[in-house]
Amino acid sequence: MRPETEAELAEAIRDAAGPLEIRGGGTRGVGAAGARLETGGLAGISLYEPGALTLVAGAGTPLAEVEAALAAENQRLAFEPMDHRGLMGTAGAPTLGGIFAANISGPRRIQAGAARDFLLGVRFVDGAGQILRNGGRVMKNVTGYDLVKLMAGAHGTLGVLSEVALKVLPRPETEASLEIAVPDAAAAVALLSAALGTPYEVSGAAYDPGRGLALLRVEGFEASVGYRLERLAAELAGDLAGEAQRLSAAASARLWQGIRDVAAFHGLPGDVWRISCKPSEAPALAARIGAERLLFDWGGGLIWALTPEGDDLRARAGAYDGHATLVRASAETRAQLGRVEPQPAPLAMLARGLRAKFDPRGILNPGVMG
Amino acid sequence: MQMPQPDSAVIARKDRLIARLSQVLPADAVIHDPAETRAYECDALTAYKCPPLMAVLPGSTAEVAAVLKICHEEGVPVVPRGSGTSLAGGALPTADCVILGVARMNRVLETDYANRVIRVETGRTNLSVTGAVEAEAFFYAPDPSSQLACAIAGNVAMNSGGAHCLKYGVTTNNLLGVTLVLMDGTVVEIGGAHLDAGGLDLLGVICGSEGQLGVVTEATLRILRKPEGALPVLMGFDSSEVAGACVSDIIKAGVLPVAIEFMDRPCIRATEAFAHAGYPDCEALLIIEVEGSEAEIAHQLDLIKAIAARHDPVEIREAADEDEAARIWLGRKSAFGAMGQINDYMCLDGTIPVSSLPMVLRRIGELSESFGLEVANVFHAGDGNMHPLILFDANTPGQLELCEALGAEILKLCVEAGGCLTGEHGVGVEKRDLMGHQYGPGDLEAQLWVKDVFDPAWLLNPAKVFPLEVTASRRQPRLAAE
Repeated sequence: MRPETEAELAEAIRDAAGPLEIRGGGTRGVGAAGARLETGGLAGISLYEPGALTLVAGAGTPLAEVEAALAAENQRLAFEPMDHRGLMGTAGAPTLGGIFAANISGPRRIQAGAARDFLLGVRFVDGAGQILRNGGRVMKNVTGYDLVKLMAGAHGTLGVLSEVALKVLPRPETEASLEIAVPDAAAAVALLSAALGTPYEVSGAAYDPGRGLALLRVEGFEASVGYRLERLAAELAGDLAGEAQRLSAAASARLWQGIRDVAAFHGLPGDVWRISCKPSEAPALAARIGAERLLFDWGGGLIWALTPEGDDLRARAGAYDGHATLVRASAETRAQLGRVEPQPAPLAMLARGLRAKFDPRGILNPGVMG
Repeated sequence: MQMPQPDSAVIARKDRLIARLSQVLPADAVIHDPAETRAYECDALTAYKCPPLMAVLPGSTAEVAAVLKICHEEGVPVVPRGSGTSLAGGALPTADCVILGVARMNRVLETDYANRVIRVETGRTNLSVTGAVEAEAFFYAPDPSSQLACAIAGNVAMNSGGAHCLKYGVTTNNLLGVTLVLMDGTVVEIGGAHLDAGGLDLLGVICGSEGQLGVVTEATLRILRKPEGALPVLMGFDSSEVAGACVSDIIKAGVLPVAIEFMDRPCIRATEAFAHAGYPDCEALLIIEVEGSEAEIAHQLDLIKAIAARHDPVEIREAADEDEAARIWLGRKSAFGAMGQINDYMCLDGTIPVSSLPMVLRRIGELSESFGLEVANVFHAGDGNMHPLILFDANTPGQLELCEALGAEILKLCVEAGGCLTGEHGVGVEKRDLMGHQYGPGDLEAQLWVKDVFDPAWLLNPAKVFPLEVTASRRQPRLAAE
């Protein structure tokens, strides 16, 4: 099914006889077993006001189309959504709806916020086929409950997005990065924490253990970027780290695209896990899980781990402040381990209660949220 | 304004309730003498008052859980209260309710600079969160005008904003975790010091739910390193349209100031008479603040001034030092006090798309004239969050009602312009009956589902946010668990 209008989407859901696999561009591979329901027909930018930093578009609008429109006005999606195609081995084109339904944020999450922080309003169809809306197209809105946040990251299990309104931001004049050699994860995370505790507005803070490098990015006006990089290099030198290597704008952009898309894992077999944790706990946590490959983003608060197929990483992680999502695995492994981390009973009960209200027949991407 | 009929069966059980609550709280935390409960009869929306049945001041999450469990068993409505600074009547009691104040829970539980978070009990005031970390040059970003008095509990309940949220976001963008007590006494932990809590974004829906889903007793908040410096520039224009166009051009040029504040002529005149900040007498005034190193500030201000110059400003005033910066902010910061000197006023909070600013200001002027009440406008121009102040005389019979009617028209105008009823104050009781202008019946019903799940008995702050007729069937008189 590929509805071309919101009304057709509502009809498709109302008439559905069983489970639906909701699919945007199909690049993230999270779809459940069920009849395929594609949102690609609900495409197009309906409003873009650069002076108000807002854009409204159909949920099926390809990301590339949105990025092109923004680039023409020197603006961008500040939350830097990841492109999953290389990691998942998928084709297709990422859609705006898919990005928000999965709350996909990249390295700039630490400074600018997550996808959910940029979502201003939604129109969606619930599991009974009702067309609903929440939020709007203004940046500050506390009128009633914030179902916009609830829809962001719900992977379509509470409703299928038909239209999204979002906040965009100016594209900075330039960017540059520092590569700093560090001996291990503990030193790296300490360095990244120190950098994020400076006033220099670091917009990327990662550690690539394969290369033994801590990575820092700053963005802004040319002169300001130069000044801040210099200050960072000066203040972070010493006990923690070796010499800092400066990357110019083009090299910096390539570097962070690679971090964003976890390029270091592309083409390698195995399961891929994404762990959100307290940065200071990351080094010990990473040691406990003993993955084949690791990549640390968000100043240590995001760990990407590549593990042998079927391996239960959660069992070795022990207790920590955070959660692990199985991003890439076979259907059997996913069924066995669960895509998302199981939640404590009272939270799981609230989530079940919400799903029962928004999708009483349980047909929207069943199982995707655990 | 209408409130539900108090449940006489609940009121009749007052003694029993006192006895049960006294078993789980210290004696001085159970307030039931009518002379003392009066202190909780209203919040900052002082036009409406009603003493609660009683008030309790628990000192810990465990005590909050014990109180809620008892009230749940007894079928007693509970109205959570932070510092009582709501302008929307979010903490307005009913005669059959227990006010649950978190003011005694104000400790800092953990400051963690390496992970850039602080965990506090939610009775702590907004400004004292920054106070706890400023020695290390950190701060908590959301800065509502009431930040000296307002509590984090209320900030979370209303998803409070402030002048600097153009850059730093509002409460929901700075909240990483909560300890939430459900109405039946269940304590749940959501999120923590990590980013993006797992599962459905419950944190996102709890923030801004106006105390209707649970009582937030502890919060993990993001703290940020203070910028090297900040400096405002003031500019005056002879029309609101031009000032609005200037704001839009600045944003389009890729400059993102931390704050863009707007005042119109009535507001400028009133604050000038009160605070003597030396503002130019013009139609529209902008205060724009930028941050960074000295060179960065200078660079951004140069860009802003160059854009402003294209719009024929009547004045551009820079601040050479902190004193002059403070003088630029002085008038804006005393705007509400200045209005209070002249008259009673009602502060609205609608948000509009920035592009419709000239149209909305013009229509507000027309409405003001036809209602015969003066309206002064002061607002956060970067994000379209307006604060029209309607001046009236509370002692003249009929003026409050007239003022409310004008307020309703202005808010409907905001919705028509593509905006919303409230940008940062919340719905409370004040805008409850306008919700049908913002949302269709199905859209409202979907919000009620959330409350059904968190608070099936509809006991938490039940008479707020939604029109009473919409929630009537859910607020049926409750039976005691006898």
